[in-house]
Amino acid sequence: MSESRLTLVDRPNSYIGRSVPRPNARRLLEGRGTYVDDIPAARLAHVAFLRSPAAHARIVHIDAVAAKAMPGIIAVVTGPELASVCSPWVGVLSHFKGLKSAPQHALAIDRVTWVGEPFCAIVARTRAEAEDAAGVIDVELERLPAVVDMETALDLETPAIHPELGDNLAFERILDAGDVDAAFKGAALVVEETFRFGRHTGVCLEPRAIMADWQPADGQLTVHHSFQAPHMMQDILCKHLALPESAVRVICRDVGGSFGIKVHIYPDEMATCALSLMLKRPVKFVADRLESFTSDIHARDHRVTARMAFSAEGDILAIDMDDLTGIGPYSVYPRTSAVEANQVMNLTGGPYRHAHYRARARVVLQNKAPTCQYRAVGHPIATMVTEGLVDLGAEKLGIDPAAIRLRNVIADDAYPCTGASGIKFEKLSHQAAIAKLLAMMDYDALRAEQAALRKRAVYRGIGLAAFIEITNPSAAFYGVGGARISSQDGCTIRLDPQGGIVAATSVTEQGQGTEGIIAQIVATATGVPMDRVKIISGDTQVTPYGGGTWASRGAGIGGEAAWQAGKALRENVLSVAGAILQTQPDALNIRGGVVVDEASGVERITLSELGRIVYFRPDTLPPGVKPEFMVTRHYVPKDYPFAFTNGVQASYLEVDIDTGFVTLLKHWCVEDCGTVLNPLLVDEQIRGGIVQGIGGALFEHCLYDADGQLLNGSMADYLVPMAGEMPDIDVAHVVSATGSSEIGAKGAGEAGTAGAPAAVVNAINDALRPFGARVSSQPVTPEVILAALGTI
Amino acid sequence: MDRERAIAFTLNAEPTRCRVEARSHLGDLLRLEYGLTSVHLGCEHGVCGACTVLVDGHAVRSCLMLAVQADGAVVETIEGLTERGAIADLQDAFHVRNALQCGYCTPGMLTTATELLSQNTTPSRAAIRAAIGGNYCRCTGYQAIVDAIATTAAARATAAAPEAGE
Repeated sequence: MSESRLTLVDRPNSYIGRSVPRPNARRLLEGRGTYVDDIPAARLAHVAFLRSPAAHARIVHIDAVAAKAMPGIIAVVTGPELASVCSPWVGVLSHFKGLKSAPQHALAIDRVTWVGEPFCAIVARTRAEAEDAAGVIDVELERLPAVVDMETALDLETPAIHPELGDNLAFERILDAGDVDAAFKGAALVVEETFRFGRHTGVCLEPRAIMADWQPADGQLTVHHSFQAPHMMQDILCKHLALPESAVRVICRDVGGSFGIKVHIYPDEMATCALSLMLKRPVKFVADRLESFTSDIHARDHRVTARMAFSAEGDILAIDMDDLTGIGPYSVYPRTSAVEANQVMNLTGGPYRHAHYRARARVVLQNKAPTCQYRAVGHPIATMVTEGLVDLGAEKLGIDPAAIRLRNVIADDAYPCTGASGIKFEKLSHQAAIAKLLAMMDYDALRAEQAALRKRAVYRGIGLAAFIEITNPSAAFYGVGGARISSQDGCTIRLDPQGGIVAATSVTEQGQGTEGIIAQIVATATGVPMDRVKIISGDTQVTPYGGGTWASRGAGIGGEAAWQAGKALRENVLSVAGAILQTQPDALNIRGGVVVDEASGVERITLSELGRIVYFRPDTLPPGVKPEFMVTRHYVPKDYPFAFTNGVQASYLEVDIDTGFVTLLKHWCVEDCGTVLNPLLVDEQIRGGIVQGIGGALFEHCLYDADGQLLNGSMADYLVPMAGEMPDIDVAHVVSATGSSEIGAKGAGEAGTAGAPAAVVNAINDALRPFGARVSSQPVTPEVILAALGTI
Repeated sequence: MDRERAIAFTLNAEPTRCRVEARSHLGDLLRLEYGLTSVHLGCEHGVCGACTVLVDGHAVRSCLMLAVQADGAVVETIEGLTERGAIADLQDAFHVRNALQCGYCTPGMLTTATELLSQNTTPSRAAIRAAIGGNYCRCTGYQAIVDAIATTAAARATAAAPEAGE
């Protein structure tokens, strides 16, 4: 068969590009989802953890005698006891040269290093009984000096959190491309700003949850996990619990939000699995909300000082930036906590043509919750730094913000090309995206409205933010650094006797619609109606091996594997049909679950009749016909390390000058994720991502005091975006399909979060412009605005 | 001290009685005793709205109500509303509009929307946003949820219109 891609995608019964509702959403609407905490198990035990109340302390003594006598208590286990079952880990990657961290245990052994670090496990018949007993454990801690402020973490007088590492500098990278000093020297204008990005966290509505069930008789550990990457978890459990691969099965059923929170190795989750081994019964841990705030990974917490050089005409000549970030006491395993700073360096200035770029990133240890990769890793920081400086330059040069961006973006006909930081672009569409955005928002009319209202002392702002986004990562992301994280994915597809399809995919579902788009692709590739396609995901025992879902890879990588598997199955089916019908296979096709004559569309044989013959009467097949109605295909991108996407966002808002309150009036986004498999799902990814970005821009902040105490570990105190404050968001697309795959899809999961904060903050500064005030610290709370205005 | 109390109430149209720990909240009772896993515990301090159920027709955070307080009440969860077909149109609208992603907030959103539409048959978008303003969703950005509720309200109003005109 040599049917071209376009022919297949454009087939009469193609589901590609259609807004098909997700088949697996129905059960969630009826309250019949199966999250980890919903899964029953016989003899189930529940674990609660004692967590450090101090940012840094030595564990002197734990007295659990009274706790062990409490009703329902099964075991109280400390760090040294657990370490006999679960070995420690170190979160480093070899391609981040010099990255260092210390061994981290599932339960702290002799020292706790952040508020929330678990150091003792209490296992009981119910969670309430475990917590009752936790309350009577007598713990003696000796407080140690805490490293809290990342700005002083590297000072000579600041103690090293892990003395064996020598200092608190976990990682440093310097990049110097072109002749930055000469470019700044010759510039007509240099603008500079210091940007601060507060720590925030994922706040998945379903907290982290895991249930581990060790069956000694079978030598089998079955783990139900609210997680994104089941095969990675399987591999790590094998390594640290000393089990063979065949002994560990990780199952991820419904997952109540993840956003990168649920792709890391957490001490309490490893401890839960180790406890199941120790106690030989199922053990479950579900984080409560306080535990989520103190022990889920945090993100951001960067301070960036950056300069941008312009020519008199408004050309961006050079960027020079310095990023400092605090990552907590350990680099998180196995992805490490150096990636966000690395991405900030790679992405800053990404949309633009400048040739001179210098950047330094320093990643420091501190006694706060560990940070790691969370939705749009590094993107919102790089975009804010770039777009904040572009707006500053435009203001000083008297150029309209839209015009200066159109002037400087890499032209749509300049691809493929390499950005100043060395990243490789296959095909982006900044010019088309900006043009579409300006038309969609009616930019000129909006500017006129803004000017008119300003005369009436109504202060509105328009903010723009162009961005690039990393998707479809190859092995360049983690594999080359030695992390056993799969960048390839697979799909196994089977035609059943009634003509239905079962497809198992190694990419996973957390609500973004992975199973839905895999079903669309499989249905299109095979010619079987979508309602006859069943998708299986999230089970290491039954799906092909793969990376799961992270870095916007599900559609582009898992989708291409499904496409290739579907094509191969179709070829096999038509080969058998041709033999039975005594026709050349390429004169046949499958449409609506029926083998038809390709030219006339006349029905030749149904798939159910083919299934009947192949499965139940193979004796009647012509000699030599060997049907293979089950095939597997894998895919990994190879020609580019990443498939970059691009987009541009705009925010329209009003600032109340008296109170500092911001009212979001409207938001727009045009993005280019290549082939749009399902517009309904892509648009909602974008909208959800934008609101998550707005959360970081305006509300979300993990606040610590000078002693390293988390001050707002509840949803009443940590603000998240709610419906009443969010604007309606218009979304549109430009399509530059990637040539790396046949389906041409790139990712779309980070785009919204990547650009929203910069668009909002630029809009706030646009509104404040008449007052000569500027903000540059996120979250931009009313207090930050009033301080900028000089009111407080 | 007696740590338990006997209560009797109506749950999803069926009368039931049980003994509950005095300290248990209604959400734990519904999940642990009755297996009603649509009741999602997102924060257990009354902020996220995921555990919202109907008590005597009112949307209530089951994590903020003690189980013993349900004595004599009529309690309904999404399982019950689904089975009696009370919100089939709302569920359809959510599905078609993709007004859910991970699904964890969804039962609470549907319950809150059910109460809203029982009190205000023609809510504005702002009124819908205000009504679900206490239900946290991390996935959707809310717009699709607002759309789905607005669509349902409009369809119900259209269906009711001929009677109103007579």
